[in-house]
Amino acid sequence: MAKTIDEKPRLTAKDRANRLTGNMKGSQAWNSIFRPGSIFRKGYTDSPRNRSYVIMNSVLYHLHPVKVKRHAVKVSYTLCLGGLSFFLFILLTVTGIFLMFFYRPTVANAWQDISNLQTSVTFGLLVRNMHRWGAHLMVLSVFLHMARVFYHGAYKPPREFNWVIGVVLLMLTLLLSFTGYLLPWDQLALWAVTVGTNMMGYTPVLGTQVRFVLLGGVEIGGDTLLRWYVLHVLMLPFVIVIFMAIHFWRVRKDGGISGPL
Amino acid sequence: MTEIPEHLRKRAEAARQKAAAESEEAAVPAPAAAAPTDSRIPAALLERSRAAKARQEGGEEAASSGGGGVAVAERPTTSIIAAPTGTGGIPVGAGPGGHTQRLLTVVKSGSIQEVKASPIDKVHTWPHLIAAEFVSALALTAFITIFSIFVNAPLQQLANINKTPNPSKAPWYFLGLQELLTMFHPMVAGVTIPGMGLFGLMLAPYVDKNPSNKPEDRKFAISIFTVFLMFWAVLVMIGTFFRGEGFNFTFPWRDGLFFDL
Repeated sequence: MAKTIDEKPRLTAKDRANRLTGNMKGSQAWNSIFRPGSIFRKGYTDSPRNRSYVIMNSVLYHLHPVKVKRHAVKVSYTLCLGGLSFFLFILLTVTGIFLMFFYRPTVANAWQDISNLQTSVTFGLLVRNMHRWGAHLMVLSVFLHMARVFYHGAYKPPREFNWVIGVVLLMLTLLLSFTGYLLPWDQLALWAVTVGTNMMGYTPVLGTQVRFVLLGGVEIGGDTLLRWYVLHVLMLPFVIVIFMAIHFWRVRKDGGISGPL
Repeated sequence: MTEIPEHLRKRAEAARQKAAAESEEAAVPAPAAAAPTDSRIPAALLERSRAAKARQEGGEEAASSGGGGVAVAERPTTSIIAAPTGTGGIPVGAGPGGHTQRLLTVVKSGSIQEVKASPIDKVHTWPHLIAAEFVSALALTAFITIFSIFVNAPLQQLANINKTPNPSKAPWYFLGLQELLTMFHPMVAGVTIPGMGLFGLMLAPYVDKNPSNKPEDRKFAISIFTVFLMFWAVLVMIGTFFRGEGFNFTFPWRDGLFFDL
């Protein structure tokens, strides 16, 4: 009996782990999740064919082609500004969803909810800070993205219309930031929005009506808070996602990113 | 429908003229051969096919006279036997010298589809682009997280419509507009100028007809845009840092900051 044990060496922890990973990666469940070509599949090797499959067989194919121009990969050309704007949007969505769990858009609760979030919710303060600074950064990165595109002449044919969509996206970004500005319902929010919406009232012909609809009254109050909350968390994100989808699709249809200079 | 490319139209034009010239030449020695119709088949070829047809008919007659009632069945046999011997005539549909295949024309690929002469230098999106994007997204997340740990988002006192802070400022990206308010009528500052600015931005690709994207060819466009950007940047800076109580001019190093993000 003792002899048999000696002949068959015991498996080390590493061997067991390897066997476990192998079995897991060979399982039907695993292979149903990761499509052929995925870097997480069993036996993935780095080859030109597999590099193509990584993109072609994943959801990334909606965003990127299998191959891009060599100069497009240079960080010094794009400075990643468009991509980072999009990433900031995702980050803001994630942190924003977290904030929604603790916030009620009413005059009686709004400020107190933010205050409680900062003092008694785990990571509440951190996530609120990230949402706030991320929002300011997104306005900045969208601005800089526009400047970069202009200085590279990337709005020229066939990309004229994508530039127009980009200007719309810039406006939507500003509106998203501005509607979010009111939600903490502190002095800063109230008076910044008062100044901003007073200007809106001077629009010829429709000014007063537009202002009335946006504020839900002649001055900022509980109705404004609810309206801007719905605009901020639902309507404007919905609209901006549609425009972003068109924007990204056009980037590919217009022949990838512009350049080289 | 799509327009015929210029080079194809020219080529077709040349071919038609050449064919016309040839048929005129052929018309002099063989007026009977050149048909009155403007057929583009050279007269020599027409003559040859007529001869071949005559020969074939002759062979047929010979075969049918020999075989009698089974002419249809025998005809192929005749030609097959005739071909290798060379004495019984030339097989059906053969060209001069007994060739059974003829090269009609050589169509170069470029004449039908325009082939891009220079291949574009491309790299695989995975890993080159995805890695760069992933790293920049990680770096941004790290930056925002660390920044948010150390700098808190402002939360001032509960909103009070009866207590106007001095000064009341809009969000920073609208401070340029608020700055304009000190100089112009609210309708001009709040609606006309920003409206024209946005409209001008959208029109930029349609106004700028210069096809080049090289900075040295676009001095005017770059100057205009830089002035535009600097105009807003300076206004925002003044509104942010150099406006104190009553929105009066001040120096931040003398009276401190009147500004919250």
